[in-house]
Amino acid sequence: MSASLRADAIEEAQAALRGHERVLARGGGTKPALSSPPEGTVTLDVSGLTGIEDYDPEELTFTARAGTPLGEIEDALAENGQYLPFDPPLVAAGATLGGAVAAGTSGPLRYRGGGVRDFILGVRFLDGEGRIVRAGGRVVKNAAGFDLSKLMVGSAGRLGVMVELSFKVFPQPQAWATLTVDCAGLDEALALIGALATAPFDLEALDLEPPGRLWLRLAGLADAMPERLERLEGILERSGERLEGEQEGAVWSEVRDFAWVVQDAAIVKVALVPKRVRELEAKLEPLAVERRYGAGANIAWLAWPGERAAQELDDLLRSLGLAGVFLTGSPARPMVGTHRGGAFAQRVKSALDPSGRFPEV
Amino acid sequence: MTRGAQAKTENVAGDGLLSALAAIYPAERILTRPAELAAYECDALTSFRASPRAVVLAQSAEEVVETVRACHRLGVPFVARGSGTSLSGGSLPIAEGIVIALNRLNRILELDPEQRTAVVEPGAINSQVTAAAAPHNLFYAPDPSSQSICSIGGNVAFNAGGAHCLKHGMTSSSVLGAKVVLPDGELVELGGESIEPVGPDWLGLFVGSEGMFGVALEITLRLMPSADATRTVLSAYESLEAAGEAAAAVVAAGLLPVAMEIMDKLAIEAAEGSVKPGYPEGIEALLIVELEGDHETVDREFEQLLEVLEGAGATELREPEDDDQRALYWEGRKSAFSAVGWLSPDYIVQDGVVPRTRLGEALAEIGRLSEENGIRVANVFHAGDGNLHPLILFKGSEEGALQRAEELAGEILRMCIRLGGSVTGEHGIAMEKRAFLPEMFDEEDIEAMRRLWRAVDPGQIANRGKMFLPEEEPERAEAADPDGAPSSPAVAGTAGPPTDGGSERRGDGERTER
Repeated sequence: MSASLRADAIEEAQAALRGHERVLARGGGTKPALSSPPEGTVTLDVSGLTGIEDYDPEELTFTARAGTPLGEIEDALAENGQYLPFDPPLVAAGATLGGAVAAGTSGPLRYRGGGVRDFILGVRFLDGEGRIVRAGGRVVKNAAGFDLSKLMVGSAGRLGVMVELSFKVFPQPQAWATLTVDCAGLDEALALIGALATAPFDLEALDLEPPGRLWLRLAGLADAMPERLERLEGILERSGERLEGEQEGAVWSEVRDFAWVVQDAAIVKVALVPKRVRELEAKLEPLAVERRYGAGANIAWLAWPGERAAQELDDLLRSLGLAGVFLTGSPARPMVGTHRGGAFAQRVKSALDPSGRFPEV
Repeated sequence: MTRGAQAKTENVAGDGLLSALAAIYPAERILTRPAELAAYECDALTSFRASPRAVVLAQSAEEVVETVRACHRLGVPFVARGSGTSLSGGSLPIAEGIVIALNRLNRILELDPEQRTAVVEPGAINSQVTAAAAPHNLFYAPDPSSQSICSIGGNVAFNAGGAHCLKHGMTSSSVLGAKVVLPDGELVELGGESIEPVGPDWLGLFVGSEGMFGVALEITLRLMPSADATRTVLSAYESLEAAGEAAAAVVAAGLLPVAMEIMDKLAIEAAEGSVKPGYPEGIEALLIVELEGDHETVDREFEQLLEVLEGAGATELREPEDDDQRALYWEGRKSAFSAVGWLSPDYIVQDGVVPRTRLGEALAEIGRLSEENGIRVANVFHAGDGNLHPLILFKGSEEGALQRAEELAGEILRMCIRLGGSVTGEHGIAMEKRAFLPEMFDEEDIEAMRRLWRAVDPGQIANRGKMFLPEEEPERAEAADPDGAPSSPAVAGTAGPPTDGGSERRGDGERTER
């Protein structure tokens, strides 16, 4: 069992970094594949670095310490009719703001609203030497200096320990509605995803439950919803099952919190585009891996069976040239498949973590 | 100054450089004569000028890679240049270096409607991407005012914005992947095709790095579906502050316009003098708000929008009659920078950002500074995101006028920092605001950025001299020019070749002898 330290103040986190050779930060611990320290690495628990420091609803921005639970942030926003459009997963399980950034996880609504990278405005983090670095800002538009805030997205604690983050938010839609349609198979479902890509229709979320069930989520004025649903069915050339109200919200909460993933399976995110779905499906189908495609088939979420080695998925994704990341489970290394960045990644890592205090990406 | 050292590099590299370039390019694509170089000596920030040793006109990615490798080998700095529309001096040449002109690398290599992606070369023109996507009911979202001429490579280097980034985000949100040649000639791929990447966002760091991390050779762009309906309204106000308050009221009402722009009386006058968009006459301030989305939603929200605008004291509301008129309204707004040439031979365009709730305060302060200094300031800005574009008017031929205008511009930038904003929303730091980066960030933050730069470009040859003040100089000392004035916040004339009437100020720290 690796040692664990706890930092409730930035100075404590700095001291922890400076006093240990190998350190990995951990927030809510909801994505253990990313926060479990490799051999010889100390866990730095930053879940005590909490609190919303600045939130002006009229500004539609907030600044909070990185360990602040997303639930707390969502509640504060909801009181003012606002929300996080990137729809972070695992909120109910205790995910933190910093953890969502480190894991780079967005939920179903990112299809239209954008992901974590599109809403982050600024960051304060500790580099591998424990130095405080601030980048970006608190205003919604800013082109001053290198965009280190974006670099933190998906960095999984390998480039810095975030201590404070600024985000923009959006006003909450008045109403939500969902349409599910069943297609004859994968080909038909993908054809509809392709048609919707260029259709003049605003969809908040577009998920594919293979082989052929599509989940389409709408948001906006309640009055407009019946007409829009009808027009959507026209575009799809078929009618579907409509969901509204509490049931509708519950369905999507289950999706974003991976309620569909069986107990001993690991949650894996794979980046892809719709045209790669068939190849991935051909590989996964025989393995009986539960899966779901989000953001118009720009993400595959896999429930990788506990009895299967992470290496097997690594090989599978490499053969397709796709990149994936384990959020749960205990793979030797969370990043699997083909990752890009090459020499640029190495040089950036060497600048931010010259002593190699954080695990390799 | 470091001129001695620079001259030395030049001598050592001189002939070797030209023969290395000659091995890559036919003679007609290597420009070295003063007359040929003149067109490249500045970008849209015309007050900074430098003549490079050579300009090469690249026609393939391979040529760019070979050029970068030759520069690395010889220790010669380079500046990659698209259309040269940077308002911050981003593509200002380095006197002892070369310019790699990318405007011939302008093809759209691939457009995949179902994936909503386009793959383009760096010299591809912004508006041509949308033109190519339009038949598929798609468009490329970032729309800087120079979109009809600016290049995607330049947009990526400076994380360009535009009127419609209020809803769609800046360039960074519309770039999915890039093939990049690093400053030492190494090739890397950043990002990919998916809108939802995995792993650290290396691409996010590359976008907006002002050409200091290398040159993007191929860029994968995210396209957006064209909205089902667009509704635009011009709303007139009796004061600039009232227009600013109306914009805040729109946000407070929970509406999420795709664009929300304000122009003041001077800017309206300039637009009417050139593009003639037909804005309401005799008004103090104009607020342009645009909603986009499904018609069932937009038509209803538009009614609500009109109520909000009226409630905020609008003296006139005007909707365009058709798409052509809407386009003309936008042309009036987007041509505001160049149209100001109607009012004044020279001007400085600023790009500071303030929290949007403090717009009224910022505008009042700009008005006060303008009056106090007796300098006319025209205001056009992205009200929805607090991004100001005060245009400070002056006559370059008048003794000390530029310096007074720069001082005023500096005051405005400091106000933006004081109010919790930024010195640049979308134009970048480059030459123009180098002296102000240390006012916005702590020394440690800037040192971290410098460490990154040194790690990515150990030879410091890619667009060096931009973003950071030269290291040899103590930063505060460098922030003042020999006359003791604050160092050049910005000066821009209209895009295009420098004019005689333009300011003759030379870029500090850059050789300007030709």
